[in-house]
Amino acid sequence: MTGKYEGGAFMQAVRSFALSAIVFSAAYAALAIAPTELKQGDIQRIFYFHVPSGMNALLAFTVACGASIYFLIKRNVKADWLAASCMEVGVAFGSVVLITGPIWGKPVWGVYWKWDARLTSTFVLLVLGLCYLLLRGLIEDPERRSVVSAVFCIFAFLDAPLVYFSNRIFRTLHPKPVILGDSDSGLAPPIARVFLYCFIVLAILMIALIWERYRLEELRHEVAELRAESDSA
Amino acid sequence: MNAPRAALAILGKELRAEFRSFELLTSTLVFVLIVVFVFSFAFDPSAAESRRFGPGLLWIALLFAGSLMLQPCFSRERVNDTLGGLRLAPIAPVAILAGKILANFLFLTLVEAALLPIFGVLYNIPLVPVAGQLALIMLMGTVGVATIGTVFSAIASHARMRELLLPLLLLPALAPVLLASTELTAGILADPPELRTAWLVIVGAFDIMFLTATWLFGEYLLEE
Repeated sequence: MTGKYEGGAFMQAVRSFALSAIVFSAAYAALAIAPTELKQGDIQRIFYFHVPSGMNALLAFTVACGASIYFLIKRNVKADWLAASCMEVGVAFGSVVLITGPIWGKPVWGVYWKWDARLTSTFVLLVLGLCYLLLRGLIEDPERRSVVSAVFCIFAFLDAPLVYFSNRIFRTLHPKPVILGDSDSGLAPPIARVFLYCFIVLAILMIALIWERYRLEELRHEVAELRAESDSA
Repeated sequence: MNAPRAALAILGKELRAEFRSFELLTSTLVFVLIVVFVFSFAFDPSAAESRRFGPGLLWIALLFAGSLMLQPCFSRERVNDTLGGLRLAPIAPVAILAGKILANFLFLTLVEAALLPIFGVLYNIPLVPVAGQLALIMLMGTVGVATIGTVFSAIASHARMRELLLPLLLLPALAPVLLASTELTAGILADPPELRTAWLVIVGAFDIMFLTATWLFGEYLLEE
């Protein structure tokens, strides 16, 4: 051990506590502070977690793709660790989107799931994320794993523009873009404030998870190196 | 040797290897026919239903065929340890991929050309009046399937359980192509027939995106 993570148990506890606290505060803001939406009622509150999770998942996939490209060019193994971490956390956030979506869909659309363009593309993106993680698990050689999964990540990410454009090009059940949409779109100020808060909280949560996951990857690498060293000794 | 000529040389090698035995083409063709039969047993569609479900069935059959047919493309090289030889040749690595994509595109097109008339007869769908548009849709869709299929075949060849892995990687990645091609085929088989241009743009965009990505990043997959 290099010692840089030793004695971190207390700080770890503090970080976990702080994270839980802000996530609970976001839940409180979404459930109690935000005004009730006129047409949909209380069920709309799920959007304070549904939409930011989706945005953050997409952000994580974007970083993973960027890191993969960087890895292929510079061959810095840390970029590969970052890509793997982002992908794993992105898949977790994507799952939140696909679980909260149907909960909202049932009372408002009358169905849990509809094979509309955007839902389908989100689903496809999530499955591709899972494939990426699966692929990583199935390649033994670390160097080859990094290269091959980086290329796969880039290809998988090419599906992402479809996720976005399909929402606008095709007729769909999914709500029209409210944020950064047409000129008549937008959020009422109190809703926007809570929404922004939830987005920031989930972004912090995501970054913290990615960081932990990255550290795990680093430690795994260290263990592998030590094992190789002791084998050769 | 410049890259296009090298790609054609690789294409020639793939064709020679295949036309010696025809094993890939015949087994894939038999497989798609079985899929088409199995569907008709399972659903027993009427003429109107055939028009509705036919396009989807056709593309699912072709996608399954692709995931089966593209499997040996790189695993064969790996088993015989011939990829190293190809890599040693003084040609651009991307030419190897390009040659293989061209070969797979040609094989898939041959399978489609054989399947379509049989499909039209079995499901009572008149394909001749829309043959031109259908050919355009088939070709554009097949470019996407061949491109991603070849690249993913190279990806899967590095992993354990590669036979299982390729369909797993390929089918979700091809979902947009499948969706758009099915919509397009349904459009020209509808009454009155229409070419749904928005979907055509999607398929075209996918072909261009994935071909470009292969050109930019494909060579990393050939590293030994």
